[in-house]
This record gives sequence, C-alpha cells and structure tokens, in this order.
Amino acid sequence: MPLQSWLTRSRPQPGAPGLRALTVAVDQWRGIAQDIAAASGRLLALWASADAHAIPTIRAAFLAGPQGLLLSVPIMHPESPYPGIGDLFPASVRMQRAVADLTGLRSSDADTRPWLRHAAWPQHYRPLIDPPPQILNAQAMVDDYPFVRVEGEGVHEIAVGPVHAGIIEPGHFRFSVVGEKVLRLEERLAYVHKGIEERFTQLPILEAHRLAARVSGDSAVAFSWAYCQALEGITGNSIPPRAAWLRALYLELERVANHLGDLGALGNDAGFAFGLTQFSRLKEQILRVNDTALGARYLLDSVIPGGTQRDLARADAAALGQCLREIADEAQRLRIIYEEHEGVRDRFNGAGVVSPELATRLGLTGLAGRASAQAFDLRCDLPCEPYTQLSVQKITRSEGDVAARVAVRFDELQESCRLIQHILASLPDGPHRAPLDAPAAGVTGAGLIEGWRGPVCVALEAGPAGTIQRCHPHDPSWQNWPVLEHAVIGNIVPDFPLINKSFNLSYSGHDL
Amino acid sequence: MKPIEILTQALELLAALAAAPLFLGWVNQCRAWLQNRRAPSIWLPYRGIRKLFHKDAVIAANASPFFRLAPYVVFGAMVVAAGIIPSMGTRLPFTVAADAIALVGLLATARVFLSLAAVDIGTAFGTLGARREMMVGFLAEPALLMVIFVASIISATTALPAIAESLATHRLGLYPSLAFTAIAFTLILLAENARLPIDNPATHLELTMIHEAMVLEYSARHLALMEWAAALKLFNYACIGFALFLPWGISIGTGSPLSLLASIPLLGAKLTVTGAALAFIETISAKLRVFRAPEFLAIAFMLAVLGLLVHLLLGA
Repeated sequence: MPLQSWLTRSRPQPGAPGLRALTVAVDQWRGIAQDIAAASGRLLALWASADAHAIPTIRAAFLAGPQGLLLSVPIMHPESPYPGIGDLFPASVRMQRAVADLTGLRSSDADTRPWLRHAAWPQHYRPLIDPPPQILNAQAMVDDYPFVRVEGEGVHEIAVGPVHAGIIEPGHFRFSVVGEKVLRLEERLAYVHKGIEERFTQLPILEAHRLAARVSGDSAVAFSWAYCQALEGITGNSIPPRAAWLRALYLELERVANHLGDLGALGNDAGFAFGLTQFSRLKEQILRVNDTALGARYLLDSVIPGGTQRDLARADAAALGQCLREIADEAQRLRIIYEEHEGVRDRFNGAGVVSPELATRLGLTGLAGRASAQAFDLRCDLPCEPYTQLSVQKITRSEGDVAARVAVRFDELQESCRLIQHILASLPDGPHRAPLDAPAAGVTGAGLIEGWRGPVCVALEAGPAGTIQRCHPHDPSWQNWPVLEHAVIGNIVPDFPLINKSFNLSYSGHDL
Repeated sequence: MKPIEILTQALELLAALAAAPLFLGWVNQCRAWLQNRRAPSIWLPYRGIRKLFHKDAVIAANASPFFRLAPYVVFGAMVVAAGIIPSMGTRLPFTVAADAIALVGLLATARVFLSLAAVDIGTAFGTLGARREMMVGFLAEPALLMVIFVASIISATTALPAIAESLATHRLGLYPSLAFTAIAFTLILLAENARLPIDNPATHLELTMIHEAMVLEYSARHLALMEWAAALKLFNYACIGFALFLPWGISIGTGSPLSLLASIPLLGAKLTVTGAALAFIETISAKLRVFRAPEFLAIAFMLAVLGLLVHLLLGA
C-alpha cells in the first residue's frame, strides 16, 4: 500500500503543524514502516506508552515527505515480541532496546542486549509500569555487557570511559584497533539515566516544561518549546504572535551560542587553542547579553506554556542586535583563519567521513545530517509560526567530514544571525503570553522543533486533572550516536575526539 | 679538580633543578598571552610539584616495583644530563666521563624507563602512549645525533664543553651548516618535549596523548618527579641548543668566578627569548596527525644531513 493511502486514513495530530496521527494494528506495523522507508521517510522517534491499566502501545514519529506521521501500535499480547523495524530504520534498534528496558515490550530484532538498564534495576522490573520496589537492586553489581569482538592478527581493544581524563559527560567507547587504525567502535551509553520519563508523570502538566528544559541543557529552548507546543496542541490554544517570534529568537540565540562553543572546541581538539579562546569569548558575549536582555544565560525556562516568561524591551532588543552584528563579523574573520590555517585544515579535511549514501541508510539527522547532504530542517520542512514567514535558508554540504560539519556550523551561524536581526526588526507587538485552557485527559500532543543539534520531538499525553500520563522527550542524538560508530571506521585513534566533537551529541538527552 | 670547576658544576646542577619549572612556567605564560588569555602564575609549576609531594601516592594493584623505580631513574637521568650540558661554564668535571653521544644515550635511557613503566600497568592508554613515544623517539634520536655530529665535526670533538668553547671562540660569521642544523634541532626539541605540533601538553583528550598518556597512572611524588623531569628535559634541550648554536657568554677556558657570574643573566636572557619563541611556534601550529610525525622528524633529519653536507662539501 503506498504511503498516501495510509495518510488518507490518518487524522490531524494536535501540536506541531503538519503532523498526522494514525493507529495501526501490530500486523500492519511492518507494512507501514516499509511504505514509509520506500517513500524515503525518516524516523524521528520511537517510544512506548505503557502503564499498569491500559494496553501498552508502541509509538513512533516519522517524517514522511511534507508531513509528520505519529503512529500508534497497540500491543495486545505484550508477552510475545512485536515486529522490529531495525532493518528498515537502523536508528530504531537502540530505541527498541530502551523500550524493552523501560516497559518490557520486546521487539523481534536480533539485538536484545539491555541499553538503558545497566544493572541498576533487576532484569524483569519495568520502571515505567511496575510500582517502585522497596529496595532497588540491593546487591549492586557490575553487569557483563557483551561487546562485539573483532578477532584477527594484531587486533586489540581500547576501552575508553565512562570516566574520562577531561570533565565531560560519561560514555564508554570500545575501540577495536590495529596499531592506530580503528577497525570498529562500539558505544555504550546510558550512564546518566536519571528516570526523566518517570519523573514527568509526577509533575503537573502546566509546570513540567521546566523539566523538559533540563533534559539536555544545551537544548533548553528547543526542548521547552517542543514541550509547550505539544501542551498547547492538547489544550487547543494558540499563542500570541509576539510569543512565537520571541521563541524563535531564543531558539536562534541558542543555536548561535552552541555553534560558537563547538567551533572553539573543534579548534582546541585539533591542537589550535587560539580558536577556543576566541570562540569562547564570543559565546560568553552572547550568554551575557542573554542574561541582561532576556534574563537567563542559557535561556532556561524562558519558554513557558502559553508564551514566554519575559517580554523583550526595545532597548534590550537594540543591545542584542548590536551584539549579534559584532559576533557575526568576528565569526566570519575567525572562519577565514580556520580555513587558511594549514594545520587545522589538514585535521578537519577527510576526517570522520559519513557519505551521503550511508547517512541516508542510517538516518543521520540534524546538523550532522546536513553536512552529509541530508537536506532536512524542520524550520523549512514543517515550519511552525514564525518560521513560515522567515524563509530560513537550508544549509547543506555533501562531503560529510569534520570540515563539512564545521562549514555547516559557520553557515548556520551566519544564517541564524541574519534571522535574529530579522526577528528583532519585525517583532510584532502585543502580549507575550496568554492563559491556557485546562488540558483534557487522554489527549496526546506532539511538539517538533529544530534544535541546534537536530529535530527535537516531545510527545505528551495528558492525564486526568492536570497530570501527565506519559511524556517522551526525544533528542536527535538517538539517531546520530550509532552513525558516529561508522564515521570513525578506518580513521586513526587520535582523530576520534575530533570526530566525536564534530557531532557533539548529547549524553544526558539520550540517556534520559 | 679546581674549586672553580666544582663551583661551576654545582651551580649548573642547582640552576637546572631550580630554573627548569620556571622556564616551563614562562612558556605557559607566553602561550596564554598569545591566546589572549589571562596567564597563570609563572610559579604554578613549582606549586604543582609541591602539591604533588604532599599527596599520598596511589599505585595500581598490579604495578611491579619497576613502576615505582622508573620516576627516580627518569629524574636521575635528567639531572645527570643537566650536569654535562655546559649552560654557564665549560669547566665541568662530569663531562670527562660523558660526551655528547653519552648524553643522547642518557636521554634514551629515560625514555626507555618511562615507556616500560607506562606499559607495566597494562592499561590501554599507557601502552598507546609508550608506543607513540617510541615511534617519535626512534626518529628523533638519529636526527639529534646527526645535529651533534655536525657540531662535532666543526669543532673536532664530541665533548659538549669543547664544542661550545670551540664554537664560542670561532670567528663571528654566518655558518650555513649550523643554520640548517639549528632548524633541525628546533624540530627535534618540539617533538622530544611533547610540544605542539607533535603532542599537546595541555590536552585532556586521552586518546590523542603521547607523554601525558604514559604518566596517567602516576600520582603524588612519582608524578611530581615525572613532571619535574619533563621540565628538566625541556630546560636541558634549550641548553643543548645554546651550547651548539648560541654559546656566547658562557664562562670558558679557566674561567674566573666573575665570568661565571656574568653568564647567569645571559642564560636567563636566552631562556626568556627561547621560551617566548617556543610559545609562539606552539600558538600558531595545530597538532599534526600522528602519522605525520615521521614526516616532521624526517625533515629534521634531512636538514641535519644537509648541514653536514654543506660543511663537508663547502666547508661553510
């Protein structure tokens, strides 16, 4: 069945614009996934809703052509595995493993190793369903995680992390190498699993945007906006135009700040510390002007249900515009230094290549995807207010190496600076927040926002009396972490930190 | 042995021990300034060493006695090396026992002990660092020997003080052979002292490290000795460079105490300029991919050979 006939059966999904929802039976699940894959659709997220009383449901969000599609697959027989889609969407494998860890719903795919579990809770305990046990895994143990072994003459393993020499988030990387050449990399993450999804269900639905902002601190605006978009979809309210424009301003400021930080860190990882100090200075300028003009350095809790926390005064807007003009100029000059520096160029070019074909097959998304010719940007493809009026320029490269990811960052930085000037110049007047109606129980809303790293998806299901039945915040790092394993194959070990930094994926947003 | 010789020898050893961390602090300070950062205190390396000496050592359960021994050997080798490099005066009693080739051997001994100790614990990083260190070492040592040969052929001796004396009393003029070898020596200095573009002394990325990866498992007094030894090595290399290429100002011949005294500020001035130049080179370079290190050192070797040829064929 072609995708179009599925879409005609779907109904509009509250939340982000252009989203449709469809419920299919388990035996149709693979069929529709195949049709979406055949139509070059992309997997945005996969999770499960399950509690002790309702029928457990596998849910997945896809980007299929000009539309987003939210699929629900009720699982009538939770004890038998549901059909996996790992062969169609490789990114789904880890998501399915996480679903199994949290809800006990197993897929039929071959990889049944735990992903989030890490021996922190017993094997058959389902954190999202079962009541909290009195004693959580009294005998703490080190679990034996079976890494894939590479055999052969001269092959040995290098185990890195989860504790690193620098102060970074924890992740374990198992390299199989010959000499300095990487034959295989296997990641093991989820060291910072905090039970965020369970925590959501304990919070009032009108206040949980604060938790959403903290899912991944560098994407605070993207996550809280996506959460609010989902919530406003549930209540059926639309926000005042000024609020939407202010949110876009925050989102672009977040993008600029993160790109600046990454560009500096990338220089530093190539041994060019000058880049780090210069870009750190520029990033700090943004954070400070954020603080004075918008009331928060990293814009935490700036986006709230119904609008924004604060309004923007005219004088502050002028200061913001001035600061961003300077930053755009300086970033352009630093770009020339990066591009003309022979040593930096040599390190960036040809390192960590993800070919466009590989990127398509594995579903590489967001910024890293655009550096490998995956021309997807929600700001252009499924634009919400005010992006419908901003005509964002989509930036892509096809080389897929570290240099391409750097170039995309530089270009997006300039584009975001342009957008910010445009937003500041045409910010509509009016209120910056509006009250929301009470959310109706049982309604599901979905938010989709293009964060700096890629598409951020928040699915929210309202419970009775202003509670949350289920909330799943989804970071694009889920899709991109597995691609990093492929990007380093054939590179040398000391280039890994640079390649890793060029993706700069989230641990916290992924481990939840 | 005359009292002045003993005085010179003692002064040189003490000066090296005391000034090596200061020199490192100066290089770090210059690096910070060149990167538009506020610089750390020039005394920071001393504070680091003092702090480490006051800590309790943590040693891996599977470490052999060799692991504990290595810091003392490495540090000892660097101190002895400092004793035979004429940094202030040429009347050094120690140099009777060891010439420039023995000096290269001393540095190699330190390297072997450091690398074996890194492998001893059996962690991935130690092995990784030791492997890379040996790769850099086996390329840098012949180049260093070649540099010393050029100077020894010019002065017809392999004893460092005699080389320095001979070059210091040479007619002032441009020696193309020495210019080539000086560039070669600078490249070797960068590679051997874990500086950019071969290694990054400031990195926290364990997968890219060379020297730092080897000392990751050390703590407290052992780490203090290793860091002090690294500072001494940099100081020693700088002084080898001065002895070969900028020998002016050191106390030569029978040497009066006055000339010895006068050589102290001159050494300070040379170190100040060299440290700033080192920081400058490091600031403008990015780290090379590991497999380009052989190219880098091959250039050093080639330049040294070129220096030798220029001298032998042209007599320049």
